[in-house]
Amino acid sequence: MDAQLLTYIFVGFSFALYIGIAIWSRASSTNDFYIAGKGVHPIANGMATAADWMSAASFISMAGLIAFLGKDGSVYLMGWTGGYVLLALLLAPYLRKFGQYTVPDFIGTRYYSNLARLVAVLCLIFISFTYVAGQMRGVGIVFSRFLEVDINLGVIIGMCIVFFYAVLGGMKGITYTQVAQYCVLIFAYLVPAIFISILMTGNPIPQLGFGDTIVNSDTYLLDKLDKVTGELGFNAYTENTKTKIDIFCITAALMFGTAGLPHVIVRFFTVPKVSDARKSAGYALIFIAILYSTAPAVSAFARMNFIDSVQEVNYQEAPGWFKNWENIGLIAWKDKNDDGLIQYSAGNALNEVKPKFNNNRGSFGERALDNEPDMTNSNEVYIDRDIMVLANPEIAKLPAWVIALVAAGALAAALSTAAGLLLVISASVSHDLLKKTFMPSITEKQELFYARCSAAVAIFIAGLFGIYPPGFVAQVVAFAFGLAAATIFPALFMGIFYKRLNKEGAIAGMLAGLVVTSIYIINFKFINTNLNSSENWFLGISPEGFGFIGMIINFIVAFSVCYFFKKPPDSVNQMVDNLRNP
Amino acid sequence: MQKNYWRSNLKIVSILLIIWFLVSFGFGIIWSDFLDQFQIGGFKLGFWFAQQGSIYFFVLLIFIYIYLMNKLDKKYEDKSGKDN
Repeated sequence: MDAQLLTYIFVGFSFALYIGIAIWSRASSTNDFYIAGKGVHPIANGMATAADWMSAASFISMAGLIAFLGKDGSVYLMGWTGGYVLLALLLAPYLRKFGQYTVPDFIGTRYYSNLARLVAVLCLIFISFTYVAGQMRGVGIVFSRFLEVDINLGVIIGMCIVFFYAVLGGMKGITYTQVAQYCVLIFAYLVPAIFISILMTGNPIPQLGFGDTIVNSDTYLLDKLDKVTGELGFNAYTENTKTKIDIFCITAALMFGTAGLPHVIVRFFTVPKVSDARKSAGYALIFIAILYSTAPAVSAFARMNFIDSVQEVNYQEAPGWFKNWENIGLIAWKDKNDDGLIQYSAGNALNEVKPKFNNNRGSFGERALDNEPDMTNSNEVYIDRDIMVLANPEIAKLPAWVIALVAAGALAAALSTAAGLLLVISASVSHDLLKKTFMPSITEKQELFYARCSAAVAIFIAGLFGIYPPGFVAQVVAFAFGLAAATIFPALFMGIFYKRLNKEGAIAGMLAGLVVTSIYIINFKFINTNLNSSENWFLGISPEGFGFIGMIINFIVAFSVCYFFKKPPDSVNQMVDNLRNP
Repeated sequence: MQKNYWRSNLKIVSILLIIWFLVSFGFGIIWSDFLDQFQIGGFKLGFWFAQQGSIYFFVLLIFIYIYLMNKLDKKYEDKSGKDN
């Protein structure tokens, strides 16, 4: 059977499974809808958290990014796992003990202020929509490449599936679907990684394989990779190119940002007991670590294989995947020296970096480009980093069913994260905005109705993002983490560990973090993009890492402001005491 | 008594977070280049901590935390005789 048909079968089967689970686990109360009736087993919750967390970015983009960044890519590996230690030790058990529905709920109650709640809702909605936009691009790529469906139709199919189980099942439906999605995505990630590890190093465990010697030689894979990348003019794979302070700050921003992401935190509200919240953070990190420790191996294999299979190859004899991805527009080739061979090395192949295809074909049958070649280097290949994981099985010539599996896995990763985010958005609208702020008199039934409506609206907006993808997705991801680190994490952390903090301090801190981080990122990413280089950065810290500075500013402002106003009321003191009790 | 529980909790959390900082920011970033002179298999040690080791330590840290906290909870539950 060909890959196309197999992909239809795999994807169709997995979608049927998700819908079946949704019907089986419908939500009947707000308690079910927001937090799955607090009845989720820690292992199931761990898997659901892992699926919720591992998005299209983790599944599709991360290994590709690391493949091209080498050791600098470690910021994602450490940043996106280390946050769970903070979450488990500093936040999850206490927030579960608090026992309400949403993150703004905690902030609003702890700081006895609807203004604090509104600031939190604002940050939360911004962070969540930023994230959803990224998922929809992932869905679009997979549908257009593997199912050869129009991207728009693909997004609409994806939205219908999410609509079905998120609106119907709420948190309960989402949780059990995510358990299934975790199984699909981790299987889809590991199978090709294990195959490729065996092919390249003879070691079936990818985590060990990429530190092993290449088959039939005494050379370590990483040593060879260092040598090859060095010869092509890149930095050696296992060495850093960014400055230490920048790497430090990016890692920290991602870690604290992870611990402050609302859709992850809310998962710990769904377990029966406080001790279960700790346990499920532990299981979640195990399930995440399985993918995250495999990813750098995939990166190293992919980089090596990519170079081996295209370098100095005649374009007309280039492998099929090279031309397939060229047809989608994510690979481009400009023959600078007119020899018909593909030469890949450091530097941009094209002026303006991104390819602009016209409808003609060049002299070797390649897609013709309107860009002028960048003649300051000899690199002839443009490659979008997002395709490395998806193309990897084809590059390594794995059987068709593995390729189909990867497509189903990527969709599982994108849909599970999208559903989790949509739920957080709908809960904060129906619960925090309507029930707790503007329409306190509505009944539970009405609240549930509004929750379903806002989930539907959120899905519709997310669908629009998928069909008309905003060009700024990659830029705003840094924004989402920066804001989570600079606003939500400090508010939660100090709420638990610092009793003296009153509403004035907390609100001033959140606003300071929000404003400073936004100004810095907007300035370098949207306004003065030409100045976005290390000599102009504050202390050499890139916009991606600035959330960490924003967080420190939040702490300083909150500490200083809170002494000018009176202490929090006794009821809040008692609440915090109660959180700290066993 | 409640104060003692909280104090023990803070002690556990701070020790674990120091280790958390060491294995990631310490070995994976600050002293990473220094550690790179040592090899384990095909990995330079600093590179290994940055891309593998830190993740394994994170998992380990959370499970040590779960174990210690369950023990602590048990101790205070027995003393107070009530289940929260």
